[in-house]
Amino acid sequence: MNFEEYAGKALLKQVGIAVPHGILAHTATEAAAAAKEIGPCVVKAQVTTGKRGKAGGIKVVNSPAEAKAAAEQIIGMHIGEHRVEKVWVEEQGDILHEYYAAVLTDPVTKSPLVIFSAVGGMDIEEIAESQPNAMRKMPVDISKGFDMPMALTMLDGLLLGPDVNKFALFLCQLYQAFVEFDAELLEVNPLVRLSDDSLAALDCKYSMDDSAIVRKAGIAANATPDKLSSLEADAKELGLQFIELDGDIGVIANGAGLTMTTMDVITHYGGQPANFLEIGGEAYTKATDALNLLLQKPGLKCLVVNFCGAFARTDVMTDGIISAWENLQPELPVFFSIHGTGATAARAMLKQRLHMTPYATMDDAIKAAVAVEVVAA
Amino acid sequence: MIVRSTDRILIQGITGKQGTFWTECMQAYGSNIVAGVNPNKAGITHCNVPVFANAKDCMSEAGFDVSVLFIPPMGCKAAALDAIEAGCKKVVILTEHIPVQDVMHIMAAARANGAKILGPNTAGQVTPGECFVGFMPAFEQDIFKPGNVGVISRSGSLGTLICLNVVQAGYGESAFIGIGGDPIIGTTSRDALQALDQDEKTHAVILVGEIGGSMEEEAAEYAASMRKPVLSFIAGRSSPPGKKMGHAGAIVMGNKGTYASKRSALEAAGVTVMDSPSQVGELLRTKLG
Repeated sequence: MNFEEYAGKALLKQVGIAVPHGILAHTATEAAAAAKEIGPCVVKAQVTTGKRGKAGGIKVVNSPAEAKAAAEQIIGMHIGEHRVEKVWVEEQGDILHEYYAAVLTDPVTKSPLVIFSAVGGMDIEEIAESQPNAMRKMPVDISKGFDMPMALTMLDGLLLGPDVNKFALFLCQLYQAFVEFDAELLEVNPLVRLSDDSLAALDCKYSMDDSAIVRKAGIAANATPDKLSSLEADAKELGLQFIELDGDIGVIANGAGLTMTTMDVITHYGGQPANFLEIGGEAYTKATDALNLLLQKPGLKCLVVNFCGAFARTDVMTDGIISAWENLQPELPVFFSIHGTGATAARAMLKQRLHMTPYATMDDAIKAAVAVEVVAA
Repeated sequence: MIVRSTDRILIQGITGKQGTFWTECMQAYGSNIVAGVNPNKAGITHCNVPVFANAKDCMSEAGFDVSVLFIPPMGCKAAALDAIEAGCKKVVILTEHIPVQDVMHIMAAARANGAKILGPNTAGQVTPGECFVGFMPAFEQDIFKPGNVGVISRSGSLGTLICLNVVQAGYGESAFIGIGGDPIIGTTSRDALQALDQDEKTHAVILVGEIGGSMEEEAAEYAASMRKPVLSFIAGRSSPPGKKMGHAGAIVMGNKGTYASKRSALEAAGVTVMDSPSQVGELLRTKLG
């Protein structure tokens, strides 16, 4: 789950990291009032995506009238696939230098990875390419933690001046926040040194581990929900992951890998998948819900049901599909491929109740689905 | 890495519904289950084996080589650390949705104690004709048959489909290694590739990957050094970027983890990448005769 800048900064404050004073505004009038209180400020679009500046979503203003005008332009604009609903009105600082800092989960070392760069304000990929000597990385043994001596070792040689302890302390606080808030990624870019030599987090990108939401529900409530279509939101309520796509061949399969593969093979034979919808793992008992949901999607020409049971029993899933089918009696052509745990019972059930026989292979079922001609209404 | 019928297996969470069901399946197939763990039911017998309060008690009183966890997400860190601290060198974690920081704690303990972790979020490992751990349909004879093809897969369901194609083509498997669909896992594609490269019974390997992460690219480096033929299928070619495709690890962010990057790395290493799992048969015939 991703958090907008203002929500991430509120968490940084909790661990003692300095952030500029700011006020959240949902309208241009609120932005003007915030600017009146703060003085010269920056109006920043709140969306969970980078490149806000380049998209025109960040404006420096010097009066309430300018803040109002800036907010009028920014609220409602689209940055990437996000529509801006609110702005963060933040005090201007006298910036001497910009740095980069982050802690993230690293699959290669299987550890938290602390990253610091003496050059900031641009993407980490750009820094790595253009200023590799300015960058330091340190994997951390999570069972032991990250402390001042480690931070100072990491920063050694970066010529940060007499204030190097401030940077080390900042990294320790960032690491503490990473652990406390079950982050996958916690990035401050830029971290800035102000004219009074203090450090402040000028931006914050915080992404929480989805699997930790249950134990961090209070914090997760401030996350920005994923942008979902209404069917996708319904699916989420039911505990299913459903992603709508542009094609016309509906897909139900078990397991993420098999579902992606079903979509890939449909594409390989010249068809277009209408969705990602998997009922694997613990969700294998939800086949009825899944089919009810998918059939609400407009524009389907046919359906591929592809089961390859391991943990997910194909007899249970097939029973669920048949029950929904008997209830709704859709006129859609459907193509089954069923293998793995419980397949013999599943095939017998399909024959007895729907008088259908699954195809011998997934490819045969998919080729038949791709070949379905759309009859003009 | 490859579990054998002589390995003594502990089931943590044996008394639960899934733990019981799959323990019975494993026993019926030939897996050497020696004990179970349930902190509240120590002293009972379940699935014909003794139940201990924890892995440490089991190690001192009965001994075991491999532990398999049928444990809910929030309990996995404690259960895995219990097994590792007991001296277990192979821990199989099937559970999905374990917080990633808990996973990193498990990995740190494994490193410190010289233990190997399979998973999390794996469907398990099958050694056809011998034994299996996890929840794979090892007993379905059109999917698993003793043979000389090693299969590695992040996904259980897709791995099952690949194995089905292996057997339909007239071949069998030396081992199926499910490595798991999480972003951080103990045994990577590269580790599993190395294990199968060193396994005498394995003559060819099928590496089943997914979009997301850089594991396939790292495995490709190893594959380049192998004499045994390696085939691969990578799921997610048609998936939109920025969306987690079911597995937490299966997501394309920017230029990272793309299908194109994985395919070109594997092909540069001499690996044949398939467009559909149905090509398994003809390619095995070309490579193995």
